Amino acid sequence: MKRVYVKEEWCLGCHLCEYNCAFANSNERDMVSALKGKPWVSAVQIEESADVCFAVACRHCKEPLCVTACITGALTKAEDGSVRIDRDKCVGCHSCIMMCPYGAVVMDGNHVANKCQLCLTNKFGQPKCVEGCPNGAIVYEER
Amino acid sequence: MRYVLIGNSIACVGAVEGIRANDKEGRITIVGKEKYPVYSRPLISYYLQGKVKERNLFYKTEAFYKDNGCEAMLGTEALSIDASRKTVKLSDGSVVPYDKLLVATGSSPFVPPMNGLEKVAIKHTFYTLDDARALQESVNQNSKVLIIGCGLIGLKCAECLKDLVNKITMVDFAEKILPACLDGKASGMVKLNLEENGIEVLLGTSVKEFEANSATLTNGKEVDFDAVVLAVGVRPNVSLVKDAGGAVGRGIVVDERMRTSLADVYAAGDCVENTDCVFGGCRVLALFPSAFTGGRVAGINMSGGNAANGMDFAVNSTKLFGQSIMTAGCMSGEQLETESTGYKALFVQDNKLKGYIIIDDIERAGIYTALIRNGTDLSTVDFEMLQRKPGLLAFDKEVRQSILGGEV
Repeated sequence: MKRVYVKEEWCLGCHLCEYNCAFANSNERDMVSALKGKPWVSAVQIEESADVCFAVACRHCKEPLCVTACITGALTKAEDGSVRIDRDKCVGCHSCIMMCPYGAVVMDGNHVANKCQLCLTNKFGQPKCVEGCPNGAIVYEER
Repeated sequence: MRYVLIGNSIACVGAVEGIRANDKEGRITIVGKEKYPVYSRPLISYYLQGKVKERNLFYKTEAFYKDNGCEAMLGTEALSIDASRKTVKLSDGSVVPYDKLLVATGSSPFVPPMNGLEKVAIKHTFYTLDDARALQESVNQNSKVLIIGCGLIGLKCAECLKDLVNKITMVDFAEKILPACLDGKASGMVKLNLEENGIEVLLGTSVKEFEANSATLTNGKEVDFDAVVLAVGVRPNVSLVKDAGGAVGRGIVVDERMRTSLADVYAAGDCVENTDCVFGGCRVLALFPSAFTGGRVAGINMSGGNAANGMDFAVNSTKLFGQSIMTAGCMSGEQLETESTGYKALFVQDNKLKGYIIIDDIERAGIYTALIRNGTDLSTVDFEMLQRKPGLLAFDKEVRQSILGGEV
């Protein structure tokens, strides 16, 4: 399956991927109305130190531990291999956060779990973070 | 091939998925004691609180059984296994033959003998959906409820009853809340939060004698109540395998492939004892992820595949009155308390992370869980950085590259 892959040597640490992620999953028409003056959460997170920076998002694992631990059935592995979340079912028990080896599940303002779904469930249909990355530091491809 | 699965909960779902990964044709019969399609037991407290709608109690869609070619005999109990004839006798009088059998009978609430308990008219366990509904029907805004047991079941029961009743008192023989999981400090934080939410918590004491509407405790205190919830603990349901001559310890004994000592009989879920790879011995884990994974491993092996369940250990995560409580592994070795917005204690032994206790500061804690699971040598990571804030920055570039640049 196609996944988002990270090339850390190209990452500028500009955080645009985070803005694009929050916007893409907001149902708002543009980035300003999605983000300005509002609390927002991104399913992709930049990690950075003095020497290095890179984006981390769900790896859509072959055998996702988050899915095995989800007490509601909100997290599932779809036919296409992506790990999906039904946020209406999530009760915020944080079992997925406890299990994800990469720290790729985040909480949103309602304390419900949030994670990358590769923009397959929103109107964009493919990862907005990748589209908006100015330096090709994240790519969406088969490997 | 004919598969029979006794039990219709999470281990059963794991087994169906495991079987169907290898065998699309074999006949699967599921025998479920409760009348409901598979639902998530940890959700019953959220259901009473109104935070989970009835339809969301169900772990799988209605189509699950049909889509996976399963015959679900719900409201039917398995009475006995004849391991030599390879049959299961059911409560409806039928005898079902199997080629491969899974015992996923779960556990049952354990009610110890207590003086005078027979005098109490309204008493409940809090384990099944029917338990939850019965409890809800028996209380009202004026009720005083006494909960015996400060384990997860008792705690979640207290949380969901808070807005449904007048007063809640919790009693536990142990000196700590969740004593197997929390240290004194974390237990104190949880207790304080309960008290701030109006729950009376009495630790280190137990009921000496029940009267119809009151209990005298061993510390001399009297507690009045209208209803009692018994949440002392659970015991694995082992009798089917035991009576059939299978090996049983505290739970049903299984190997890494989830085979019992009986030929072609597998077991998974709360009814088994697992090898805990962190604790280093056999114990009943009775945890949601262990049930799913154990069931899946059993299903793969039952259908001719090859899977092992070698990496099991205790993990717990819940939110209680707005406070996140997360623990993993064991409290063994040196305890490192780190700077935290809540509370964070890490347990290190032989330069490996063995366990953690976190209150509230749970962001990306799965990175800690993975260090425990993988037995990572802490000299290969920037552990000082990890203690402060879990992240992939603390790992070597090659490790990070394999995670973020490849398939995992």
